[in-house]
Formats: sequence, structure tokens, C-alpha cells
Amino acid sequence: MKKLLISILLANLLAACASQKPVEPEAAAPEPAPAPVAEAPAPEPALAPVVEVDPLNDPNSLLAKRSTYYPFDVSVVQEADKPIVQAHAKYLSEHPNRKVRLEGNCDERGSNEYNLGLGNRRANGVKQMLLLGGARESQIETVSYGEEKPRCTDHNEACWKQNRRTDIRY
Amino acid sequence: MLCVIERLVVTLFLLHVATANAELSIEIIGAGENQTPIAIVPFEGDEKLSQTIREVVIGDLLRSGLFRMIDTEGRSPRSPSEVSYPDWQARGAEALAIGTVAAQPNRRIEARFRLLDVVKQTELAGQAVSASEGQIRAVGHRIADLIYEKLTGDKGVFSTRITYVNREGKHYRLVVADSDGYNEQTVLSQNQPIMSPAWSPDGSHLAYVSFETGHAVVYIQSLYTNQRKLLAGYSGTNSAPAWSPDGKQLAIVMTRDGSSQIYLIRPDGSDIRRITFSGVIDTEPNFSPDGQSLLFISDRGGSPQIYRMPAKGGAAERMTFGEGANFSPRYSPDSRSFVFTHRISGKFYIAMQDFQTGQMELLTEGGWEKKPSFAPNGKLIMFASEARERGILATVSSDGRVKQRMFTLSGDAREPVWGP
Repeated sequence: MKKLLISILLANLLAACASQKPVEPEAAAPEPAPAPVAEAPAPEPALAPVVEVDPLNDPNSLLAKRSTYYPFDVSVVQEADKPIVQAHAKYLSEHPNRKVRLEGNCDERGSNEYNLGLGNRRANGVKQMLLLGGARESQIETVSYGEEKPRCTDHNEACWKQNRRTDIRY
Repeated sequence: MLCVIERLVVTLFLLHVATANAELSIEIIGAGENQTPIAIVPFEGDEKLSQTIREVVIGDLLRSGLFRMIDTEGRSPRSPSEVSYPDWQARGAEALAIGTVAAQPNRRIEARFRLLDVVKQTELAGQAVSASEGQIRAVGHRIADLIYEKLTGDKGVFSTRITYVNREGKHYRLVVADSDGYNEQTVLSQNQPIMSPAWSPDGSHLAYVSFETGHAVVYIQSLYTNQRKLLAGYSGTNSAPAWSPDGKQLAIVMTRDGSSQIYLIRPDGSDIRRITFSGVIDTEPNFSPDGQSLLFISDRGGSPQIYRMPAKGGAAERMTFGEGANFSPRYSPDSRSFVFTHRISGKFYIAMQDFQTGQMELLTEGGWEKKPSFAPNGKLIMFASEARERGILATVSSDGRVKQRMFTLSGDAREPVWGP
């Protein structure tokens, strides 16, 4: 029994080694079509309905964007994301009953404890900007997930950059 | 990746031991500088057990990298008087273990074994070890410890335990197992992350981080009663528990005052004292064996590096310099060095640094190698690694020569910590 297992294991091992060599360097995956950028000004609706819509639910509003992204080991809100955070600050100051939970996340390139600290710092960076923009302390809760709740789990930058983010959740 | 094995092979043993309900495999790469040739004669009566004690003993000794097994074919002495020393000398053995196993009343077994010095033709040790039938492996580990101690002069660690986190998809289990990965027991099972388990010095409790309440909080759980209590659940994150050697306090990290800072707390949750005031990230504290100092990491210098400070608080001294970042420091049991995770050029290594010389030495080839911790005897270091697209447990000897990879039953094994 044991011998059999060993030989199976060895066979697997050798097969894995053998089969690995001739394999072409992983065929470059086709570039995913660029995601449609929602920056373009939305066409004006012909006749705005008179019903008042919560701007939070407007897919064309900056408020529809709920994440800020970061370079590696950086926790300050990037220029590109500042308008998003400022829009949420304005919304929160105008809607004192609404609350947000800021969730800081990191890629896996650190210790998970360090990343817990970094995720906390990312969430706090967004919080400070919300407060500066008029939101109240009582409207904001921060939490860090560090590297523990990755959106994407491959070991590459395409994945890591999605994981380095703060999510703004109402 | 797999073919790393081909490059590295000095000696490669594959142990693949099947048990009733589990398959776990261990690969050993490398060999100690001096391997003692030893013959372990089949114990009389051993073959009647569900698993032979001899197999456990041989597995343990081989994993240490410090022993070479001598063929026992055709010879099975039961007592010293039946031993023909010239015969064993001719086979190249320097040590010989012989023994018997007998069933006892109350479903217990007793193994009697003797360790003989083949060169000097003397008895080195003899002992009877008894246990319940369900603890055959424990008997084997005990015998392996005795052989290891007699022949190397260091304390054996085969009877110690480890803890680690097992992740399968979004399901997390906190596991305690024997140091060889067998005898897995689930301490906690949930669909939220579990992090940073830490053994109490007497091995009776684990402190760990759980996200079950939506954010990171620290629990302490008894391994005897399974009862647990919340140690720290303040707003923000509560994490990185580390026990003081006397078990009377823990260092933990909290963000309740802003950034990640280190605090001391008693195991009942009382008497919280903040001991770092950097305003940046200070985390991963680890007590020195004498309880007087803490190693921790901080990015106060710009990148995460290792620092040392008095455990009561006070000025911190930077320990690691140079390129790259460093994480997860742990004192060696003799306090002369510390192990840590070293990151450079996108790879993670297990590294060791001597306090006196300040020299850093890489113990591994690099990859996704994180969270090292010493075995109680300081001779082996366990860490988290990756192979075949799985998180695995790995060990390396403190001289870097012997490496071992342990593939647990399923899922990803993470965050191993060697316990008492």
C-alpha cells in the first residue's frame, strides 16, 4: 500500500516536472477589452422626471463610484479619486441621516498584520477627507480587512491593484 | 516551481503515510551536516497495532534530517543479549533501537524500548512508554524524542503541537495538530477570516484574531474546555496577540487611538496600557524569552522594518536595515537571534539575524514564504509557504540545510505557529 502510494506520488511528481518543461511560456491572455469608462458626461435626459431621485442611486453620479484605489504601500487618497470622496462628503453633509462604513483593503505583499494597519490607514484617509468635506464623525465607521478579503486572488499586479482599495458602503 | 526539487535534491525522501481517514504528505529536502546512521528494529508486537509505532519513529527522525536509516532486514533482536554488535557495525549503524509493544488492560498499550550504542556496545537509554490505544502516534513521538535527545544532545520536538489557519474558499478553520501535521483538531470554524493564532506559554490556550463580528477582534480560547472569551473588541482593529513568557499579559495591537499601536493587556482583558506612540503602524509584537523586550515592526522609518524596545515601553531601536522590507519577527528560544519574513524584489524569504553581529541570513529560496516561528528547541523553524497552488506548511532547520514541506489534507494552510 505504502509502496504503491509512493510510486503514484513519484509518478505524479515526475509527470508534473516532465510536463512542465515543454510548456510554452503561458500564452499571453488576450487583453480584456478596456472597461467602459464612465467618465464621459452622460447625455442629458430629454425631459427630467419631476420625481426627486436620491443622487446616491443615480448611476451617472460620481456617487455611483464607491471605491478609491492606491499604489503599493500607499494610503493617501490619490488625485484621481479625490472628486469621488468629495462628492460623498457633500452628499453626507446634505444627508445627515445617512451613514457610511469605510472598508480598507490591501494586496497580499506584506504581513497580514501590517496590512491590517495599512487598510486602517487607507480607510482613515478617506474618513479625514469626508470630515473635511462636511461629513460628521457619527456618520462614519471605519474597518480594515487588510489582505484578508481579496477581491482577486492571483499573484499579479492586475489582481493586486484591485485589492488595494477603500470601499465606501452606505 | 515543482522542479525546484530536482535542483535542490541532496537527498529526497518521500513519506506518504496513509491513515484511516486522512492523507497528508510530507517531503523532505536536504540533509543535516552529520547524519547519524541508526537502525530501528521492528518492535515485537508492533505489527498488531492499527499503525506501527516504528513507522512514526522513523518518520520523525527522518524529518529532522539528522538521521539515516540502516536496513534491518533479517534481524530482529528483542533484547540486548540478542544483539550481535559486529553485524550492526558491518551494516554501518552507529545506533540501534529495539523494543516490544504489548497490549495492557483498559485498552492501553505499552512500548518498551532500548537505544544501544553500536560502536561502544552499550545501552544509551531504555524506557517504557504507555498510552491509550488511540495514542499510538504519541508513543512513537515520545520514543523519537528520546532517541533524538540522546543522539543529538538537543531536546526533541516530535511531541509538540502546531496551530495554523486552514482556508477553503471563504471557510476558515483554526486547527491544532501534532508537529508532523497529524491528529488535526478544529478549534474554531467559521465563514469569516481568522488570523494570527498565538500559543499561551503553557500550551493551554490560543489567542487569535477573528472577523466574525465584522471587524478584527482578539479572542482567547481554552484548548481544554473550548470556552473562549473576547480579549479586545474595541472600535477599529484589535489584532496581533503575543503572550508574555510568564503568561500574565499579552501585547496586542489596536487602532482605537488612531493608527496601529501596541498595548499591553492582561489575559482577563484588564489593565490596558499603551506602549508605543509613533502615530504610524507599529505591529507584530513578540516577547523576548526573558520577557524584558519586544521585537515589533514599524514603518516609522518609511518602510516596514524590525525594531526592539523594552516590554514596559520606552525608546525603540531599529534592528533591520538595508533594502527590502521586514515583517513578523520572532526571538529564537536562546535569545541570540530572531527570524522574520524578508521581502525584496517581489519575493518573500524566511530570514534569520544574529543580535550580536547584525548579520542577516536567508534560510529559504524565496517565494510566498511568511510567518516563521521556532520549534521549542530552536533547531527548526516552521513557516507558511506555497506549492502546487496551495498554501502549505514548511519547515527549515536553523542552519538552513534541511527543508520539509507538509501538504495538509485540503485547502490552504496559513499562519502556522509552533507551540509548546
